[in-house]
Amino acid sequence: MSDRMSPQARTAARNTKVMNRFDLTSRLVARLKHEEAVIGGIGNTNFDLWAAGHRPQNFYMLGSMGLAFPIALGVALAQPKRRIFALEGDGSLLMQLGCLSTIAALKPANLSMIVMDNGVYQITGAQPTPAAAVSDIVAIALGCGLANSAWAADEEDFERLVDQALSATSPTLIGVRIDDKPGVGATRRDPVQIRERFMLGLGVREAL
Amino acid sequence: MAVAEGHASPQALSASPSDASRERAWHEVVLQTLKRNDIRLVPYVPDRVLTTLIRNIHADPFFTAFPTAREEEAVGIVSGAWMGGMRGAVLMQTSGFATLANVLASLAIPYQIPLIMLVSERGTLGEFNYGQSLVCRTMRPVLDSLAMEHHTATRLDEFEFIVDRSIKQAITTQAPVALILSPLLTGGKVFEK
Repeated sequence: MSDRMSPQARTAARNTKVMNRFDLTSRLVARLKHEEAVIGGIGNTNFDLWAAGHRPQNFYMLGSMGLAFPIALGVALAQPKRRIFALEGDGSLLMQLGCLSTIAALKPANLSMIVMDNGVYQITGAQPTPAAAVSDIVAIALGCGLANSAWAADEEDFERLVDQALSATSPTLIGVRIDDKPGVGATRRDPVQIRERFMLGLGVREAL
Repeated sequence: MAVAEGHASPQALSASPSDASRERAWHEVVLQTLKRNDIRLVPYVPDRVLTTLIRNIHADPFFTAFPTAREEEAVGIVSGAWMGGMRGAVLMQTSGFATLANVLASLAIPYQIPLIMLVSERGTLGEFNYGQSLVCRTMRPVLDSLAMEHHTATRLDEFEFIVDRSIKQAITTQAPVALILSPLLTGGKVFEK
């Protein structure tokens, strides 16, 4: 073994507890008291956001795999006084790693990213991602220039990192290792309603 | 090396730069029309023809402009911004448009987001890269297969009308639009050895 620390060791990925997406999403939502926006990525990520209890400031992505962080960046730029959280799977993020550099360059202080890392494409049959055995998502984020990136060691640490994100002065990324369970709910697939309710929740639209 | 601008449209070439009533360049029309329609957010993947436009948009504090790694990333950003109350437009090249079918069909169109795209057209009227000319042929069939509004701008005298009306239509109908900037308008990119 080399005495150089691997990226995994540096970012302590191997010391993190394997947690559950729905439990963590519920813990996040419970800490949101100021109409923070939450963008749920494709599939299980937004299913669990839906299952954690619909909020007017939730946006659910029904396609466009990999775009949860870019969509959240757009909301963050448009509404700098609101805190924005984005939930993304590891497989989704792999499709759009370049967005981490864009976000690092723009430094939106009100944007927090959460990566749900189970190493598999759970929804298509739990096939491993190409990154599963070799790549460290938090190390990638750090390398992209997102200095405020960390693995959550356990649920308590996750809540601590969320609380930090709520008052951060630079974009934050939280990596969480999760199990291979599917989402516990299913988002109602009505894109126009999802979008319109989100805009109402953000105060951009008034109800008809 | 204003190669792109040097090959401006016939209309632009006929006007003397010293003439006080000279016609505006196509890129000035874009910048001013975006501004008039309160389009502030301009993520882009660069293209040679768009160089002056990108530079001028960066220089104007009205705009928030930045490069993205991929065109679909830029589409996600302006979609989120629009839902948050800020208007945007994406600048790209033909080959970049070719990467967008999935995001158009799964985000912009079904969520009814007025995505405004300005596409610098490579692949025709003097193209020197065969791959560019092939990918260009996929652009209009993709737009048509999704029944998307699109216009190809070839003339400076029509250009402001097309840009201004297309932006307004996209916003009021909540439907995406692609404005294709023909080499007839911009001069395009030409072979330089």
